[in-house]
Amino acid sequence: MPRVTSRHEPFWASADVGIESFDAIVIGAGINGLVAAAALGRAGRKVLVLERAERIGGQVRVEEFAPGFKAGSWSSDAGWVPPSIIETFNLKLDLVTPDVPLSVRGPAGSLALASDPGRLSETLRPLSRTDADRWPQFATRVHRVAGFLEALYQLPAIDIATTSLRELVALLGVGRRFRSLGREDMTEVLRILPMSIQELLDDWFETSLLKAALGVGGVQDLRQGPRSGGTAFVFLHHLTGAPLGSMRGRGYWRAGPDALVGALDERAKGYGVSIRSQAKVAQILVREDAVAGVMLETGEEIRASVVVSTADPATTLRGMVDPVWLDPEFLRAVGNIKYRGCTAFVLYAMERLPESLGGPDPLDGVVSLTTDLVSLERASDAAKYGAVSDHPHVEYIVPTARWPALAPPGKHVILARVQYAPYALGEGAEWDASASDRLGHVITTALERAHPEFEDRVLYRQVVTPRDLERRDGLTQGALSQGELTLDQILFMRPVPGWARHRMPIAGLYLGGSGTHPGPGIAGGAGWLAARAVLDDR
Amino acid sequence: MLKTTPFHPRTAPLVRAQTWRRWAGYQVASSYEPHPDREYAAVRNGAALFDVSPLHKYMISGPDAERLLDRMVTRDVTKCRVGQVLYTPWCDASGKIIDDGTISRLEEMRFRLTAAEPNLRWLTMNAVGLDVTIEDVSERTAALALQGPLSRAVLEQVSPADLAALRYFRLVETTIRKIPVTISRTGYTGDLGYELWVDATRALDLWDALSDAGAAYGITPAGIWALDLARIEAGLVMLDVDYHSAHHALIEAQKSSPFELGLGWTVPATKPGPYNGRQALRSERESPRAWAFVGLEVSWESFEALHLDRGLPPHLPVIAWRVSQPVYRNGAQVGYASSGCWSPLLKRYIALAHLEASNSDPGTAVTMEVTVEHRRCQARAVVRSLPFFDPERKRA
Repeated sequence: MPRVTSRHEPFWASADVGIESFDAIVIGAGINGLVAAAALGRAGRKVLVLERAERIGGQVRVEEFAPGFKAGSWSSDAGWVPPSIIETFNLKLDLVTPDVPLSVRGPAGSLALASDPGRLSETLRPLSRTDADRWPQFATRVHRVAGFLEALYQLPAIDIATTSLRELVALLGVGRRFRSLGREDMTEVLRILPMSIQELLDDWFETSLLKAALGVGGVQDLRQGPRSGGTAFVFLHHLTGAPLGSMRGRGYWRAGPDALVGALDERAKGYGVSIRSQAKVAQILVREDAVAGVMLETGEEIRASVVVSTADPATTLRGMVDPVWLDPEFLRAVGNIKYRGCTAFVLYAMERLPESLGGPDPLDGVVSLTTDLVSLERASDAAKYGAVSDHPHVEYIVPTARWPALAPPGKHVILARVQYAPYALGEGAEWDASASDRLGHVITTALERAHPEFEDRVLYRQVVTPRDLERRDGLTQGALSQGELTLDQILFMRPVPGWARHRMPIAGLYLGGSGTHPGPGIAGGAGWLAARAVLDDR
Repeated sequence: MLKTTPFHPRTAPLVRAQTWRRWAGYQVASSYEPHPDREYAAVRNGAALFDVSPLHKYMISGPDAERLLDRMVTRDVTKCRVGQVLYTPWCDASGKIIDDGTISRLEEMRFRLTAAEPNLRWLTMNAVGLDVTIEDVSERTAALALQGPLSRAVLEQVSPADLAALRYFRLVETTIRKIPVTISRTGYTGDLGYELWVDATRALDLWDALSDAGAAYGITPAGIWALDLARIEAGLVMLDVDYHSAHHALIEAQKSSPFELGLGWTVPATKPGPYNGRQALRSERESPRAWAFVGLEVSWESFEALHLDRGLPPHLPVIAWRVSQPVYRNGAQVGYASSGCWSPLLKRYIALAHLEASNSDPGTAVTMEVTVEHRRCQARAVVRSLPFFDPERKRA
């Protein structure tokens, strides 16, 4: 943890010369940061966005990883952009939903999960008649329950202890929405949320391949396995905003992985927002219990009475703020947030794609190589003890199938996503070059097993471990989620109970990253709510 | 199993009535004689020697030692010079007291904090992100309080330090018969007095040196009963008796702010650095107070009459009581007394009480519940300002 010393007094305390001043500073130019900045700019505020990296975009950055080969987003889908953001900023982006958003393949067979429930039903029929019959019903129920989460995610985190009329009205709205699910679905929401994804799927289906394909969605970026409680919720969380029948996300932007980033950048600038990259904030300056500005790593100070940080809660509150301004109980709670990054990536620059990768369907969906939930659970077992399983879960997308421009003509990029690669390795082991190389080898072998001749066509391989994510993006413990999506860290408990409304205990300090409600995958959701909190306050 | 203090081999043979008590997990004397009269008399007229080793003691050192304490307590630690001691409470974020104690600045970057309760966890939580070392030195450091008008004269026999020049709430690192000690002019009796801090391995040597040099001055080992009488006269609060730690209170009403305990003077109106509870205490300073901490003087005539009614002579609390007693005004309860005793020096029945601020002006007539021969009665009492006893020699 970086140490913040604040014997440092902002120098304008005595002199008042030559310091730039803004109404609000937004830390981080990811989607949440850009949404927050644009929303504040639109309201007439003078806003500065500070991004530590060379390029804006946060977890969505198009960067070259090998000569001529680019990586886009770590995420296999565009996330769900709440409609209010689309409408407010008049975003006209074309979202493509793959016909087959998810498929699974391996020695035990393969299965393509088409987003059309009827079509998938037919695919399932030879495997299990009951599963085939139940599929449309399952797809509908998932869609409805995820729809209820959508309602919750567009509002500030519910305050169950409230007595204020305004809050009660909001609660009433949520309650009515809940009631409108009907008795059966209402019961189902309450039943499903704390369940394990394995139990949920066992409850519905008998086909192992189908359960394996779906189950992975319940453990995304989680250190837990499919038999852990709360994984059914994670499964639903990642399907908020997804079209009926899609079991893996909401699709991708046709114009490019960073289409939304580009559009928001343009909007923000249109509202007069300034964006500075390679500007790493070392400290959020506080005077008299209120934000006074920030100091960059270079020592440069910029004044503002509002700071919206989209860095994760630990990075912001335990890394950028002089601890003496915060209640020790609050700091302890922040220190106890679980991050536990456990997702690694391997980027491949491909001369050609292996023949076996082709098929009747386009390659724009996610392919999972895990064909049963037992091996997924076993992979998570190893992570519990700080080890990487010899058989981790591997899934991949072919970004060049979506956006050919990411590679030279005819060549391809494959992005493999690996779980579990725990941030903290046990027994004194470190994520050094050899550990990272070993992981790369395991993944390459897994891909080679699924697609003979895969390895021969690899031009270049880059392994990105949770340590690398921490170094590259400043994500605590390499957690892409900015805080594990466990049931104790959602809604009014995200990032910590009592502080889910984006306002932090220091006046003028707000959190707007995915470490706050509504969390990862809700593109711009937290930034939007944080900006609303700022505008409500002043 | 209770622990024994480093002075136990000397104190144990003196506790002739086996009147032991528990203090912070240690076995200490309530009094050495069956009755605390003589020990109390030494506090006010001679020199009383208390074993106060059970106090929790923390050594806090490092570049951020000052920042840690300054962010934790209400007093302004940045103003504390080397050789100075501060009495201070510390609060939670809501400005409710967790504990109180003293901070001694031993060096620029080294402090000793005393506390009534274990505070290592709280100190560690406050130290997040700070460059500071916190050591619990409770067992390593033995402590004696030498209190009373002759305490200086006793120390002058054995220490080269210029004690006449040692001001109230200052300390000096010196020796007593070649034993390295820290002498601070502090105490819990409201009298002239000193506290002596010594490495536990030299505790017995120190006791012997003081007993020897103090013999001519009538130095008297004294126990907690005598200390309790003295501290009530001095109006000094005691944790778990007069207030409850915010960390242990079961309900909000059991918590107290410094203002509610008569410790408003420990909350500076202007302290540059942030500290726990600052915002809450700032707004409390500006708002009318709900509670006041005051003295009560129980009317002799009333107290005597209640006993005479039952055919008894007045039964005086010669050992302080520590059980809450309701206090009324015009038939309605306006607060409660939290500890009380017969003051042998003032010849008055006194108590420390929490009263609603609107009924707490000195001179206000109230009644306090007393039990006479198994019957609850109301004794007349008058509100007094604290302390009851404050001799010039304390500071002189």
